[in-house]
Amino acid sequence: MRAMLGTMRAELVGAGGVVERNAYLTKRYIWWDLAWFVWTVANTLTIVFIAKGIEAEGGTLDVEETMTTLLIGAVVWAYLGILFEFLMETVAWERWEGTIEYTFMAPLSRAMHLAGQGVFAVLYGMLRATFLFVICGFVFFDLSMPDAQFFAAFVVLLVASVSFIGIGMMMSVLPLISPEKGTQLGFVAQGTLLVVSGVYYPVDVLPQWMQWIATISPATYALDGARSAILEGEPLTALWGDIWPLLVIGAVSVPLGLWVFSRGETYAKRHGKLKRSG
Amino acid sequence: MFDIQEAVMEAVPVQKGVAVEVHELRKEFRRKDSRKRGEKRGERRFRVALDGVSFTMEKGETVAILGQNGSGKSTLVRLLSTLLLPDGGYARILGHDVVADHRAVRRVVNRVSVEASFFKKMSAAENLSYAARYYGMTGKETRAKIPEILERVGFPSDRRDEPMEALSRGMQQKVALARALLTSPVVLLLDEPTTGLDPRSKLEVQEFVREIRDSHDSTILLCTHDLAEAEVLADRVGILDRGRLLALESADAIKQRYEAETLEEAFFAATGREFEAEEDEDDDDREVFA
Repeated sequence: MRAMLGTMRAELVGAGGVVERNAYLTKRYIWWDLAWFVWTVANTLTIVFIAKGIEAEGGTLDVEETMTTLLIGAVVWAYLGILFEFLMETVAWERWEGTIEYTFMAPLSRAMHLAGQGVFAVLYGMLRATFLFVICGFVFFDLSMPDAQFFAAFVVLLVASVSFIGIGMMMSVLPLISPEKGTQLGFVAQGTLLVVSGVYYPVDVLPQWMQWIATISPATYALDGARSAILEGEPLTALWGDIWPLLVIGAVSVPLGLWVFSRGETYAKRHGKLKRSG
Repeated sequence: MFDIQEAVMEAVPVQKGVAVEVHELRKEFRRKDSRKRGEKRGERRFRVALDGVSFTMEKGETVAILGQNGSGKSTLVRLLSTLLLPDGGYARILGHDVVADHRAVRRVVNRVSVEASFFKKMSAAENLSYAARYYGMTGKETRAKIPEILERVGFPSDRRDEPMEALSRGMQQKVALARALLTSPVVLLLDEPTTGLDPRSKLEVQEFVREIRDSHDSTILLCTHDLAEAEVLADRVGILDRGRLLALESADAIKQRYEAETLEEAFFAATGREFEAEEDEDDDDREVFA
């Protein structure tokens, strides 16, 4: 019993070590991160300006609402990108720095290792998403959202993050299998996930087969829930229809992600790929 | 007071006497080069990295394994570190199988490799701090221990917060030693820890390994190119050639067995090749087997 408690505590301390390591790295690379953030802001602005462009061309639409719809899509896209980036770095960055062997031979379980990576990604990603939303929505466009339930939107995104982490775990195995091209495939997953989830448009406009895929994509419910909370002012209690599918997908995707990662790790250990390449 | 390390070690029953047991250990890798004439499409070519290696190490013993690039030294260290899966045979550390019981093995093993691998932008203190957490050490435990251990390896205290990239190779290797010792490993795997160091740094690292050997109960497996280093630091010396362990005895016994004056001559007599001669391998193979 005492040994079990000790092991559990050691695991939590270990997961905290992953968070600590990422905090050190973020501190050391903060100016690069700020430069990357400027790019994200610019990218988001180009998307939100589309609504203004349509109006200028004579289209009829509620500009404020369309801009907010697009803004939410762009922020979720950026958030998902950061989450996947951190999880992909579980292998890719460590391989480059050469620390991968030391991390993978440590007694920390892979579940807690990846959980630590996911927790930091969520904390950092949420902070970044908040800044992005405030700068683009309020500072730049001065959008009006009088009924917005920001807390409810925040909770929906937080619940969706569990599923995103599960999918990210599956993606993070790719650099183990292909050190050269594996990381790039993470972007493919991010794009595919969002294209079927109605990132800048309603899911109804998609072909039927894409709509079927949309029902198992956590991004669908994250986007729908966030838009309902911000645009329609739906409180958290009214968002259960989006939250329960996210809980189900999360309950499936995290164990599946761990299983896929463990298969990838076994493959890497069998073929000698768990080594530095930088 | 509740002690994590003590509680964790309770889960690791220790077999008395033998620290490392390796039996008929075998590892082969698929070659990356193209098919040779006469080979059928889809026919995979394999290269043996370890070919039925067997030996044991007593607790507190230091064993040096000599071998050229591609002899299988690093493969052996990676297998014992649970970073590779063997294709045959088994390896046990303190009675724990490196495959079936890898979590228990990881608690008692640490290593220093030829490359002092760190996050280069982070400082020595930061690199040690997060790495210690992976072994269950809390901030309270490491706050005092990290400065203490860095001082012990001769790392200047005023450079603790400098990024690793600003440090010399010798300094980085000292931090690597500190990282390994911070977790109080029962078995320490040293994979060419002095290769590429300047003579002074090399002597300092060797002196520190000697100190660990003499003042701790650690079992040390030292893989090296350096014959003098092996002779001075190890209780027994092994000769690994093309994945086969040709001998494992005290340096004097090896010289006597091969009727040689020096270890270099003994190595030549055992393998039929000069010690400094490199294996004729492509870089990809060497990367895997070295």
